[in-house]
Amino acid sequence: MRWLSRSYLALVYLLLYVPIVVLVVFSFNDSRTGYSWGGLSLRWYESLFNNHAMVQAMWNSLWLALTAATVSTVIGALTALALHRYRFRGKRVLNGMLFVVMMSPEIVLAISLLGLFLLLGLKLGYVSLLLAHVTFCLPFVVITVMARLSGFDERLPEAARDLGASDFTMTRTVLIPVIMPALMAGWLLGFTLSMDDVVVSTFVSGPSYEILPLRIYSMVRVGLKPEVNALGTLLLVFSLVMLMLSQWILSRSKQ
Amino acid sequence: MTKTLLSLSGISKQFDGKTVLDELSLTIDDGEFITLLGPSGCGKTTLLRMMAGFEHPDEGTVTLSGVDITQTPPEHRPLNTVFQNYALFPHMSVFDNVAYGLKMEKRPKAEIAERVEEALAMVQLEDFARRKPHQLSGGQQQRVAIARAVVKRPKMLLLDEPLSALDYKLRRTMQVELKRLQRELGITFVFVTHDQEEALSMSDRIVVLKDGYIQQLGTPREVYERPANVFTARFVGQTNFFPGRVTKIEGERISVDVFGLNRELSKPSFRVAVNQSLHVLLRPEDIRVLAPDDIEGVAGKIVERNYKGSTLDSVIELEDGSHVMASEFFDEDDPTFDYSIGERVRVSWVDGWEWLLAEEGDEPLTDEEELAADDAEH
Amino acid sequence: MMRSIKQQPFRAAVLVLVWGWLLFLVLAPNMLVVGASVMTRNPSTFISLPLNLEAYRQLFNPLYLDVFLHSLYMAALTTLICLLIGYPFAWALSRVEKNRQMLLIFLLIVPFWTNSLVRTYALKLILATNGLLNSALMSLGVIDEPAQLLYTEGAVIVGLVYLLLPFMILPLYSVFEDLRQDVLLASHDLGAGRLATFKNVVVPLTLPGVLAGVMLVLLPAMGLFFVPDILGGSRNLLVGNVIKNQFLDARNWPFGAAASIVLTLTMALLMFAHRLSKRRLGEEGA
Repeated sequence: MRWLSRSYLALVYLLLYVPIVVLVVFSFNDSRTGYSWGGLSLRWYESLFNNHAMVQAMWNSLWLALTAATVSTVIGALTALALHRYRFRGKRVLNGMLFVVMMSPEIVLAISLLGLFLLLGLKLGYVSLLLAHVTFCLPFVVITVMARLSGFDERLPEAARDLGASDFTMTRTVLIPVIMPALMAGWLLGFTLSMDDVVVSTFVSGPSYEILPLRIYSMVRVGLKPEVNALGTLLLVFSLVMLMLSQWILSRSKQ
Repeated sequence: MTKTLLSLSGISKQFDGKTVLDELSLTIDDGEFITLLGPSGCGKTTLLRMMAGFEHPDEGTVTLSGVDITQTPPEHRPLNTVFQNYALFPHMSVFDNVAYGLKMEKRPKAEIAERVEEALAMVQLEDFARRKPHQLSGGQQQRVAIARAVVKRPKMLLLDEPLSALDYKLRRTMQVELKRLQRELGITFVFVTHDQEEALSMSDRIVVLKDGYIQQLGTPREVYERPANVFTARFVGQTNFFPGRVTKIEGERISVDVFGLNRELSKPSFRVAVNQSLHVLLRPEDIRVLAPDDIEGVAGKIVERNYKGSTLDSVIELEDGSHVMASEFFDEDDPTFDYSIGERVRVSWVDGWEWLLAEEGDEPLTDEEELAADDAEH
Repeated sequence: MMRSIKQQPFRAAVLVLVWGWLLFLVLAPNMLVVGASVMTRNPSTFISLPLNLEAYRQLFNPLYLDVFLHSLYMAALTTLICLLIGYPFAWALSRVEKNRQMLLIFLLIVPFWTNSLVRTYALKLILATNGLLNSALMSLGVIDEPAQLLYTEGAVIVGLVYLLLPFMILPLYSVFEDLRQDVLLASHDLGAGRLATFKNVVVPLTLPGVLAGVMLVLLPAMGLFFVPDILGGSRNLLVGNVIKNQFLDARNWPFGAAASIVLTLTMALLMFAHRLSKRRLGEEGA
């Protein structure tokens, strides 16, 4: 039984990882056709970095992900604090709305935002992308921070006040340090979601601001592009670093 | 002469329209150990939080050493709190936790280090300064919380059920330790608990609270031996309530009929009249269980027996159906001292150990109070 | 609970900010979609009056109905496959020793953090006519000629399963984590066999996880339009492709909006079922 379940786990992991391994291996393949092995080479990495539009899209994406993650972390953290600390009318509605945003199909969010932006006459580009990305990252940040706050001892702020800290000092020395891991985890999650998003971006981006996922999309739709292997490998390494960072933060905070 | 440190006068507080404290007044003396005792929801924690500054009364004033601090925020009150679950800052070391309050006072570094060490030594934790709270046991966390609160040399220490999370043995140790600390520091302790045993063993004075009213205020002895009303009698320790009837009043003495026995007692503080019914209270340890052929007492039979180590507790059903709790110490000279269920016995008590209470309008305990009283006993 | 007067401005600012954001960027746009779905198509302004239910009637046009049903079928099949793979997987995972479990979970979410387009593209490398799978099968002598794997319904489903499997496993894993071993022992102790225990104890207790997983897989499986674009060719479209085409290419907004409302209603239905199942277990609905 035990043996069976172990092999089953191994098999599924194998299937999950085969495509990723193939991608990484082929990114170092010298062959042009992309299916047969033609020796080790870094040529696709080279051509990737020589592709000016590609590099520009990469920077655009990084900047977008950075700003979207930061804005959604700030708003998300404040929202979580408000939901946790205050009693107000419509709290359940607010909670419900966040849940709906998280669960609703991305494409529905995408078209609704496209409609809004066109109605307002907002030029599709960085601003529309930022608004859209913050919107779909927001619930994830709220949930991450809420989870941390729910384990938060209500007496801690009181203890700080009791020992002579003003409300502001208490927030700085107790509240923020305690929820810091959740803020960082929420930020990283937002960053990754933004870097990965294709569906929403397809609708709300314009020619003035090309981002990486859309650039990749246009490349992989037609045939095979070996540069994509190289790019995919770089993105994989990047995500791995981010993920390990977040795991490290979480495990450190658990101590 | 004792000096008044803190006084609360005419304090009322409502939460969501529900009255928690109702025109309550209380003065706390400098250097005393005073306990707020009551079942959950009696208002004791709210009262403590009002002293700390976390709650503000709807009506009434709080004065400390003659200064009105009713609206003063907690950070500007010279008193500190030990919280129920310690509320240690999880991201700071033991040292930083204890130093927090001194840093808020902007003390020089050297002074902080010295005073923190002193405080940690006082609670025997000087070797744990660099640990994080989660690396400590419950008892050690408790000590850190105490050190953190006393390091600021407050005029008064507020303790909100500080021992409730500890196991029985550790609790005993900490009770002794807290008493020692209070003696050494000479500051006022205000201690909140629902555990009557804890209250009795530690306090100089006990405030028994229920539904936002003070039921009784007195020394542990007064509260236990001379409860002011039915609630206090039932909440603090176990008590037998016997129905009594006044048969005669003669100067300062009265005669009371209990189970057909005639007892001569001194006149209680409340007004009595001949033929009036009243409660005759007897603690289980005042009850004597006698052999069935004894001439004294009332006949009954054993319906329950509990071996408690140092005592033998039994319940005796009298012929009229009422139950009597008895708690007897083992008699070393009598190895056969024991009862079996169903055994016929007679029940008596030492003359003059009765305590009389007038009957009240709302006599029977509600289920909730019964539970709370049970809680407090175990 | 700290509610002093001084904090009120802060509280007000936060509430205005978050309510403003949600009303402006969630509620208003969604109302817009509902509105668009009952309006008339207009090539220059996208939508115009009069109001009518033309778009909804169009959904039942055999041409689109076919696409819808086919998409629903593919999404349902994807979900079923994910469930069949994921359920035993989550169970097995929850029985691994705790210290190794963390690593395994980590390995499970690595793909989730990896660009999904890139991963879909990697599948293309494997499934292509002269790709790795065909080469491997031919060199093993299983087939003589390369099989058509890419641009089939199967390829789309493989792609969707590959992308969405972690979303099925994670909620299932969390319910299996909560499933206490002693409950199973109690069931055996009371005379239930393996099968009876599974049916009467394990399934009911893990049902919320199953529904959460279904919700997380079924909806994206109808919307992830880039998967058929890369792996499926022109015949294996998802609802997502239809909506995208209607909005971006055909410029038929009312129809696209109506299609997306159908998708939203499906979501609402699933969420309702999920709540119901949690309620039955006596938990507070999420």
